[in-house]
Amino acid sequence: MLAEQVRDSERSWWMPVACIMLAVAFLFGAMVGPAGPVWWRVPAELLNHLPLIHIKTGATELQSTVLWQIRMPRVVLAGIVGSMLSIAGASYQGVFRNPLVDPYLLGVAAGAGLGATVIIVAGRASSSSWPVDPLPIAAFVGGLIAVMITYSVGAAFGAVKSSATLVLAGVAVTSLATAIQTFMLQRNTDVVRQVYSWILGRLSTATWHDVRLVLPYVVVSTGVLLWHRRLLDVLRVGDDEAQSLGARVDRIRLTVVIAATLGTAAVVSVSGLIGFVGIVVPHLVRLLAGSSYRRILPLTVLLGAAFLIVADIPGRILSDPAETPIGVVTAFLGAPFFIIVLRSRQGASR
Amino acid sequence: MTSLAFVDVSVKYGSAIAVQGFTDTVRPGEWLCLIGPNGAGKSSLLRSAAGLVKHEGNILVDGSPLHLRTSRRRAALVAHVPQSPAMPDDMTATEYVLLGRNPYVGYFGNESKHDRMMVARVIERLDLEEFATRRLGTLSGGERQRLVIARALAQEAPIMLLDEPTSALDIGHQQQALELVDSLRREHGFTVVSAMHDLTLAGLYSDRLALLHQGYCVATGPAEQVLKAETLSEFYGVSVTVLHEPDGTVVVVPRRTVPLA
Repeated sequence: MLAEQVRDSERSWWMPVACIMLAVAFLFGAMVGPAGPVWWRVPAELLNHLPLIHIKTGATELQSTVLWQIRMPRVVLAGIVGSMLSIAGASYQGVFRNPLVDPYLLGVAAGAGLGATVIIVAGRASSSSWPVDPLPIAAFVGGLIAVMITYSVGAAFGAVKSSATLVLAGVAVTSLATAIQTFMLQRNTDVVRQVYSWILGRLSTATWHDVRLVLPYVVVSTGVLLWHRRLLDVLRVGDDEAQSLGARVDRIRLTVVIAATLGTAAVVSVSGLIGFVGIVVPHLVRLLAGSSYRRILPLTVLLGAAFLIVADIPGRILSDPAETPIGVVTAFLGAPFFIIVLRSRQGASR
Repeated sequence: MTSLAFVDVSVKYGSAIAVQGFTDTVRPGEWLCLIGPNGAGKSSLLRSAAGLVKHEGNILVDGSPLHLRTSRRRAALVAHVPQSPAMPDDMTATEYVLLGRNPYVGYFGNESKHDRMMVARVIERLDLEEFATRRLGTLSGGERQRLVIARALAQEAPIMLLDEPTSALDIGHQQQALELVDSLRREHGFTVVSAMHDLTLAGLYSDRLALLHQGYCVATGPAEQVLKAETLSEFYGVSVTVLHEPDGTVVVVPRRTVPLA
């Protein structure tokens, strides 16, 4: 009987709830926006894209195209980006045992920003004769290089034993990359606006191509992180004790950091720097479903996706004349919401 | 039952020597208690056997060197209870005890039914059922200590290393915890090595004492041989009276050196 209890303590009714929330967010995201079919036609329109289903929906060709080629990639990309940033944030918080850590900790964001700045500055001269859009590639490479520098600097000064060194190395690399970026922008003030809009995050230009570009990285990275959810629980008792329980702490930390960084760099390269998601979603999940990473990681995937899909909706409505950057919306909506949840939670635990 | 042998074990932190050439064989089922002043090397010795610090020399479990084992295999042989265990406030007691099963779960695996049964049995054995779903932050010092021992027990390791297992407990809970370890030892045939500050309790529960001083083992043997007033005054720099009870218990009583005014 007690064995049942031991098992039950891990089950959670939050899993189905999170699935429903994601489904609702997805539908809602698909229904709202200019120029598409009337909202109640959207579900049928979407079903039409499944094999062997043909429903007369009464929507015009243009409306269908708007839905499928403009709105859907945006919703799907928002979901992918949201879940990746959230699970990466939760995983970083786990391996560094620090709740204030976000996925940009080791310099991914600053590196990607620098990469994007370099390519935008350079691209001005070389016109738009590139075969593919070089911006995501430059951001991706910049992000990875920054984290590699952080890790090798950290390792050189003994980060293998102390994760604090690694975090500090991340702070240094972030500052350096930001400084270089600022210097370049000072020299090329005409691209400031373009770089700035990239930094604040964008989902408005999302295409199926973007989705295909990031999906492999996100799937692999999320898979690896989910596999580590039990080990992240073991790490909660500290490096020494985890090691005395037979966990190879250094290897776990390295693997998790690589997976989370790769996924983060991939989504950042197409979406820009969307802040706040990677820190607020894991904490919301913790407040709702407890502190075990076995629950936190799967839930962040679902709720992170739902969060960003919903956060992307106001940006579309308030799109006159220029769209509100998604990064602004996540912080603007997320911060007060988070404070309310924190407050109510504190009241409840008293 | 399993023996634990230290062969010329030394632990260094940079140029500072914590343990120097410690050699001892703990017989299967024996309880060896390490005593000695702060900084004598007790914790370092225990940590070396738990694979947490680099050491020179050999540590043998049933004759085979521990450092040749994988970390999971080592954890299945040696359980370590640290001086001040990290106990995340929002982890439940059951989750905590379940961590002890880590050595038996593969890298990407999950605890089996057997692991969960095992944890349930340990919780029952230590009368922790009422705390099973409680968060660690809501438990008292004595309850936490029992949980740490429960985790070590769930680890099913034949060798238990206890670093100051009772330092945070009152006298009643100290006795409770040590009696628990002692009865588990007799039940399961554990080999126990502990570090302790309370000399009377050390002598009372262990089979043998080893007195460490500045990394060297300066005396070893049963309580009545090691706990002598002159030995203790030499290495601890204390003034004590050592009493011998009729039942063989050795009691160490501190003496006041400044005369009453």
